[in-house]
Amino acid sequence: MGLDVAWAERWVRRTADVVAEERDHLTELDRQIGDGDHGENLHRGFQAVVAKFDEPAAQERTQVGDVLMLVATTLMSKVGGASGPLYGTAFLRAAKRSARPSVDESGVVVLLEAALEGVTSRGKAKVGEKTMVDALAPAVEAATAAADAGHDPVEVLRAAAKAADAGATGTIPLVATKGRASYLGERSAGHEDPGARSTALLLGAALGAALEGGTADVAAGADPE
Amino acid sequence: MSVGLVLVSHSVRLAEGAAELAREMAPDVVVAAGAGDTDGGLGTSLDVVQGALDRVLPGVDGVVVLADLGSAVLTVESALELDDDLAGRVRLADAPFVEGAVAAAVAAQQGGDLGQVLAAAEDAGAPAQGETPAAVAPTPVGPAAAGEAVGDAVTARVVIRNPLGLHARPAAVVARAASAFGGPVTLQGVDATSVLRLMALGTAAGTEVEVAARGADAQDAVATVVGLIEGGFGEV
Repeated sequence: MGLDVAWAERWVRRTADVVAEERDHLTELDRQIGDGDHGENLHRGFQAVVAKFDEPAAQERTQVGDVLMLVATTLMSKVGGASGPLYGTAFLRAAKRSARPSVDESGVVVLLEAALEGVTSRGKAKVGEKTMVDALAPAVEAATAAADAGHDPVEVLRAAAKAADAGATGTIPLVATKGRASYLGERSAGHEDPGARSTALLLGAALGAALEGGTADVAAGADPE
Repeated sequence: MSVGLVLVSHSVRLAEGAAELAREMAPDVVVAAGAGDTDGGLGTSLDVVQGALDRVLPGVDGVVVLADLGSAVLTVESALELDDDLAGRVRLADAPFVEGAVAAAVAAQQGGDLGQVLAAAEDAGAPAQGETPAAVAPTPVGPAAAGEAVGDAVTARVVIRNPLGLHARPAAVVARAASAFGGPVTLQGVDATSVLRLMALGTAAGTEVEVAARGADAQDAVATVVGLIEGGFGEV
């Protein structure tokens, strides 16, 4: 047993909470190099997702992918700017690859890989362009290494979250060549990319959700050691 | 076969304005705006884009979408990815917003299919100088018989009479008329079925232009275009 539907829902609710707390910070980062709406946009999007969780569901969500699909469609509808379609596509591709009741350590890697593939294909961004990709790509790499080393899903997520955090911090000296910040050219250096930071927050919330209440699941799972 | 257009912009007014321009040149084509955020403010919204597609699709065989900046493109791509049923009927053009919308509308008015209307929009972004590539020229919808002997070109010279010259609306009138004939029709050497190439000539009032056509109905084609120009497009 790995990370289940309840984990996915906890992940999204924690993300909504974290984004609510950090929205001013994200907006301030975005104000420096973008158009200053990233925090508010993501906050509105994740609040809308939580509102959908609280509605009576037309159909019971039995698969991790069901939760992620709801996130995808809601973010695409509610979040303006580029981050709605980008995060929406990330969750959409992840949802398509996680149509199962729970994900194990390799399932976490597949989910993150699909998300990265969604962001890079939609946004046409590569590593080093000061975007979400600079947090998500190292997260996928670290998650893959952790899963290959036989770690459990929680440790895979821990590796991903840590790498995403470092990746986001690593965007500070970069000069943006994609997205709104690229309009600033050299002047975008010295500021952290808000999309990379929000990606790190999202993965931090995924880890938090796995640690919280998820320990029973993980303990019951087959430990490779 | 009919093709409609959906114009996706951050600005409702920008999209409505482009739609107005396109409809002026292509009165029978369905052109809808899918613009702004859900409150009508600046932005793009999946719901708004899907709403525009839902309004247009029932009445047409296909839809070409034009989008303005970054997230408008991303939103359209997301809408297409979310609904597999759209894939065969809706195409996003990689084209300049206004020029693409006008070229696509005229191609749709001329009876072009989805691929031809898309090509017309995307060709609008190509340099206007030089030859029209045959591969992207709108296919004439007239009764051209394959293998028909192509005779010598029929040509005539005519002076532009209307005060504003070959601006958007007259160019569209000429393009629509020229596309009804079987053979190639040119004006000053450019493809007379292409509204953008006609507009790019920047022909002013008082200029003498050469109209040329080939094919079985070349005489009619030249006479028709000359007649339109001499008529002053209702502006004299």
